[in-house]
Amino acid sequence: MDFKALGLRAGIEIHQQLDTSGKLFCRCPTRVRPTAEHEGEFFRYLRATESELGEIDEAAREEMKQSRRFTYYTYDTTCLVENDEEPPGPLNQEALDISLTIGKLFGMTPIPQVNTMRKLVIDGSNTSGFQRTALVAVDGWLPEGVLEGGGEIETLCLEEEAAQRVEGDCFSLDRLGIPLVEITTSPAMKTPEEVQKVAEYLGMVLRSTGRVKRGLGTIRQDVNISIRDGARVEIKGVQELDLIAEVVRREVQRQQSLLAIRDELRKRAASVDPEIIDVTGIFAGTKSGILKQAELILAVRLRGFGGILGREIQPGRRLGSEISDYAKKCGVGGIFHTDELPAYGITAGEVERLRTAAAAAPDDCVAIVADTGPRTECAVRQIARRAGLALDGVPEETRKMLPDGSTAYMRPLPGAARMYPETDVVPELILDARWEGLPTPELLSARADRYALELGLDPSIARQLAYSERLPLFDQAVAGKVSPGIAARTLLSTLKELARDQVPVERIGDDDIIATLRAVEEGRAAKEAIPGILQRIAGGVPPDKAIAECAPTISRADLLILARRIVGERTAFVRERGKGALGPLMGVLMAEVRGSVDGKLVSSVLREEIDRLLSGEGL
Amino acid sequence: MTSLTSGDRVRCLAGAKEREGTYITDRDGMAVVKLDSGYNIGIHPGSCAFLSRPEAVIAPDRGIPEGEGLPLLSIVSTGGTIASRIDYRTGAVTSQFDARDILRAIPGLAGIGRFRAKQLSTILSENMTPGIWRELARAVYGEIREGAAGVIVTHGTDTMGYSAAAIAFMVDAGVPVIFTGSQRSADRPSSDNVMNALCSASAALSGPGEVVVVMHDSPSDDRCAIHRGTRVRKMHSSRRDAFRSSAPGPIGYVEYPSLKVSLMGDARPRSDREPALADGLDDRCALLTFVPGLSPDILRAFEDYHGLVLAGSGLGHVSSSWIAPLAAMVEEGTMVVMTTQCLHGRVCDRVYDTGRDLLRVGVIEGEDMLPETALVKMMWVLGNTRDPGEARDLMRANLRGEYTGRSIDGF
Repeated sequence: MDFKALGLRAGIEIHQQLDTSGKLFCRCPTRVRPTAEHEGEFFRYLRATESELGEIDEAAREEMKQSRRFTYYTYDTTCLVENDEEPPGPLNQEALDISLTIGKLFGMTPIPQVNTMRKLVIDGSNTSGFQRTALVAVDGWLPEGVLEGGGEIETLCLEEEAAQRVEGDCFSLDRLGIPLVEITTSPAMKTPEEVQKVAEYLGMVLRSTGRVKRGLGTIRQDVNISIRDGARVEIKGVQELDLIAEVVRREVQRQQSLLAIRDELRKRAASVDPEIIDVTGIFAGTKSGILKQAELILAVRLRGFGGILGREIQPGRRLGSEISDYAKKCGVGGIFHTDELPAYGITAGEVERLRTAAAAAPDDCVAIVADTGPRTECAVRQIARRAGLALDGVPEETRKMLPDGSTAYMRPLPGAARMYPETDVVPELILDARWEGLPTPELLSARADRYALELGLDPSIARQLAYSERLPLFDQAVAGKVSPGIAARTLLSTLKELARDQVPVERIGDDDIIATLRAVEEGRAAKEAIPGILQRIAGGVPPDKAIAECAPTISRADLLILARRIVGERTAFVRERGKGALGPLMGVLMAEVRGSVDGKLVSSVLREEIDRLLSGEGL
Repeated sequence: MTSLTSGDRVRCLAGAKEREGTYITDRDGMAVVKLDSGYNIGIHPGSCAFLSRPEAVIAPDRGIPEGEGLPLLSIVSTGGTIASRIDYRTGAVTSQFDARDILRAIPGLAGIGRFRAKQLSTILSENMTPGIWRELARAVYGEIREGAAGVIVTHGTDTMGYSAAAIAFMVDAGVPVIFTGSQRSADRPSSDNVMNALCSASAALSGPGEVVVVMHDSPSDDRCAIHRGTRVRKMHSSRRDAFRSSAPGPIGYVEYPSLKVSLMGDARPRSDREPALADGLDDRCALLTFVPGLSPDILRAFEDYHGLVLAGSGLGHVSSSWIAPLAAMVEEGTMVVMTTQCLHGRVCDRVYDTGRDLLRVGVIEGEDMLPETALVKMMWVLGNTRDPGEARDLMRANLRGEYTGRSIDGF
């Protein structure tokens, strides 16, 4: 696909949790808990508040189609602020400093007075019904080296994290209120690969502060995508960086397909019937379980839509799936349409009677929905609405990512009509002295270059290290005089290899690793023994004991005796091979000491012995 | 500082470029501007230039459902917010007092009754006065006289307990008079206002024929408790279920969302008899909490008062150094009533010497009345009779369920 020719424009919104000691508006720890540890629960209903003009934000209205009861889990690490039972505390200054630092790294300008807002979110993920958010800095830039032609970092907001969905309408309050920064770029990316590259760059800059959370779920990307004649679509919650390019490709495909469908529908002079037909009677004796249980079955005729609803618009998704997503907002399980019938227990005869009742021509499609009265009535209107939108092409939407990179409809794009001031939080003046006094951390990319240069590490190893979660541990080890090479190998490879061998490496603490590396540095352990030591620690052996268990059983004097014996037994071989005997004899000697002695030491002792023999001393 | 008016379109230099937005206000020396993204930012006033002043937009008058054929309920507002609207253009939140606005914000009400709304005042409840209690009593009485099947009083929560007790003494209602409010502001989707309002409306129809407070019973949206107005107290600064009844607990509940009302045996049934109003209040009364070491000199401040409620320690004690000054006060004609700062349990001044001394000098035991209720009752008693003997008798009588005859288990 020639994305540039298609007019692809994409921007990224990145959400990164900050690693602060307390939450954004209370002093609870920023610790995510296993849900099994929850101590209590309560439930609430949320409703959108009317605006001055009698408007309710579109996105909020969409969520209100169902009256939903939300359940919340509480922990001994959450408080009344998360429960929306106490006003928020003052804005966390540690979080504000980190977000300002990030702004500085992107070359942004701080807002002189930061005002906290309430952004309406009534999907249940915020107990209050809004997310607190503040615009902190604007107008940064993406360097030319990252994105051809450069780009803008438009805004940096400091927000509170939403509650984690446990399942359905049940949420866990441990995550609610963890500070996070939201960084929005301009729609400057023109290919899927550029989107991925920029996302990687943004993540690298964020991690350069050393003050952001690491691990799955601590960073999320939303991608804004449009193509020429298409529409702006925001895809939420891309957690894996590797999938970003694929998500973009699939969205381009979806928008292209929807545009092709639009053209065809127009050619067919397609339309959506305003009339809704009650077809409950037709299915009185049906075998379909869903239809049999329904209170009310309604149908709508989609003129000229025949065959279109079944058309694939991206892998695993049809126009019918899009329409079904809209209907599901009313609480129904899904829809049926004649493109896929007879099936699901609905007979050809019933389909025929349905088509007759709807006066459907051969190239028309009839969609039906079946549930309780109010749900069915709500859902059939949604079907008509989404089918009507197909005549215009691509609707502006917020969508959620599915595991394979395709997407499903979530809600309309939210407007500005969902923000109003958080009057319980005092605005924060950002004084020049504060801004100027904040240090700008070295970018991880620069640090990788420096490690290669100063520590003599291979550039790719240096980069891996700089980008690794274990970077602070590496710095600590090297500061403690551990050889950079050994530290790098242990942190980057050994731990990974042990994990691959089913060793529970998560039980090995940072202090354990430092202790092990120091033991090697001080000669109390051979570097070859590192995997064995770590494995023992993972198995529950205290570090000192693990190190002792793997300690060299052979002193240098013993090693010398062994080496002398081995060389003595093979004098002819050594004389014949000369210095070349070292390699083969290393194998023999290492086997004798069973890896408990550093290979370097073994080789130096052995070389001395060979040299001694060759120079005639040994005779 | 700026000559801008809230709502003006402005162009501002913020960051590296100019951007447009809506001027909101000046705050702490900064101009607060709402950007088109919805975010407010505070910037130096000098960096904003006026663009245009949009015409005021009139909210469309959408029809509101009228509960044809349903009983008439009256809403009297004192300033507690039951409904709000947000002006997203400026972010301003405004409280709604008009019945139509309240119905629009809480559509479920229309299915319960027809509503008439009366706005008495728009004050924060900490600014409430006995004078406004009197006006409120007259308003409630008037609404019942004019045929309201029940009256809902919206009230700030801080002093709701005092007001409910005051109206309980002043108005012999016969029909439910429901005090309600919200602990979380009405502009937020999670506000307790909607559930409290719906439960109150239901209680106004099917609740007890007396003055009560109807508020959340737990952190969940599961039910509201119906608290007797003379036995209820705000016991938490922020939780939804801040209101608690003294033992033996609430006199009823309203389930949510079914709005089914259930009443305890001692709830006073609704009656058809004419309401009565006795709106005299003597505000020369005070409530004083005794603390260890507090000098009796403080009593001099109350020398001119007609009544003093003491919140004593434990069973109803003050330092023995207070006995003589209190004796003098009573002698001078000040009514002194003892309550307990324990809040739970009964005053019993016959156990220790200090208590016996207090009784001897004429201090009245306040049974298990809440100190605030005792104060309000004293104001009402002294506002309706100047006869010391009659006042004493009234103070000792159980008029509105303000104390219990038997101490039932616990808190």
